[in-house]
Amino acid sequence: MLAKRIIPCLDVKDGRVVKGISFVNLRDAGDPVDNALYYDEQGADELVFLDITASHEKRNIILDVVRKTAEEVFMPFTVGGGLKTPDDIRELLKAGCDKVSINTSAVKDPAFVQKGAERFGSQCIVVAIDAKRTVGGKGAPPEWAQYHPELLIPEGKETWELYIHGGRTPMGLDAIEWAKFMERLGAGEILLTSMDRDGRKDGYDIALTRTVSEAVTIPVIASGGAGTLEHLYEALSEGKADAVLAASIFHYREHSIREAKEFLRARGVPVRL
Amino acid sequence: MSIAIVDYGMGNLRSVEKGFLKVGVDARVVSTPTEVEDASGVVLPGVGAFRDCIRNLEELNLREAVIRGIRGGKPFLGICLGLQVLFTQSEEFGLCNGFDVFPGRVVRFPEDHTLKVPHMGWNTLSIKRRAPILEDVPDGASFYFVHSYYVVPDEPGITATTTDYGLRFTSMIWKDNVFATQFHPEKSQQMGLRVLKSFGQFVKKN
Repeated sequence: MLAKRIIPCLDVKDGRVVKGISFVNLRDAGDPVDNALYYDEQGADELVFLDITASHEKRNIILDVVRKTAEEVFMPFTVGGGLKTPDDIRELLKAGCDKVSINTSAVKDPAFVQKGAERFGSQCIVVAIDAKRTVGGKGAPPEWAQYHPELLIPEGKETWELYIHGGRTPMGLDAIEWAKFMERLGAGEILLTSMDRDGRKDGYDIALTRTVSEAVTIPVIASGGAGTLEHLYEALSEGKADAVLAASIFHYREHSIREAKEFLRARGVPVRL
Repeated sequence: MSIAIVDYGMGNLRSVEKGFLKVGVDARVVSTPTEVEDASGVVLPGVGAFRDCIRNLEELNLREAVIRGIRGGKPFLGICLGLQVLFTQSEEFGLCNGFDVFPGRVVRFPEDHTLKVPHMGWNTLSIKRRAPILEDVPDGASFYFVHSYYVVPDEPGITATTTDYGLRFTSMIWKDNVFATQFHPEKSQQMGLRVLKSFGQFVKKN
């Protein structure tokens, strides 16, 4: 039986982990490879590196991180942040990561996702969706959306709105419809973050997670809001997520990955121990 | 002579190469028929589309070299697409012919399947025949999978392991010198490295 996945997320800036493991004797707490090795030993199922380096000119730094990680860590890992062209994808995959996560660039130009999937295979294209509850939507939809009216949010409709730029810019598009659209264009997986819950540690947005998970046939990773092991359980059971992404709950050693998996197994969730 | 990891422009060869290096097995990425012929063992990795895989191997004149190696008794390890191309025909994007080393088909998980496709993540192996490369792998061990198609061999006897994903499919085959896995040993942490190591030992002995 396929195991539900537990995926720690590390924020990387200029080649250094800025939101990673704390209170552990890592040789170097800012070193991405040390962080990755720690989670590898802990039994994490995958890893996500979120590159928050602002400058596109510094992309060679993240490539170096990926190369070094791939030499030491033999588990699947995804890199997201700042990808703009098919060549950005190619370089990351060639450096040794397994999947890339695309957010802002997918909304600016949906064909980017399609091109990426056609050229490199759907299995390596993760679309990251940042969603926030709304009534009727706030943002102005991009120009191309006139050809895809199903993505627009009707006035007064209660749903989730799609955000870009790390959750700062509302796009006037329905996040649920957007997930379906991305699947049609070849996305292999959805990384779904609730902007309402992110950083609050009071649980994932279960309704959002379940709605997206039921709307698409590709795997959905729930993100944003994990504060307790119970929250992981809710997202994987009631929320129907295939995987959960979490940061601080693991980085600050509130819980180990193993503890989380044992908790889930005791509740009947299939996990890899 | 070292093991040749065949580079035909598909997928993550770096992990395979580094995985062998980690367990002390000499393996190199190669992209010419001569290098494949000179190698003591051949590894054919690959993720992506079946048709592109076959086309790239043909364009680089690698197809014949790989098949000759297999038929000549050279140890072979296929990974993911490297398993699928050994069969007669795939349903991916209409029908596409494979190497036909083994009679059988490559089919997609059914549309009405209640589970997500691609089958992505960690799943367990049920060992039917203990192939030499599974020497250090316990029954029920977990490996990393990512695929939408699976193989259906005409001779069920070549199946070495099966895996359950809504239906039970062949997740590894073994016949004589030929091993091929649907899962990714190079992405399966310690358990996967054991498989690579055992393949290295098999190559040494043969």
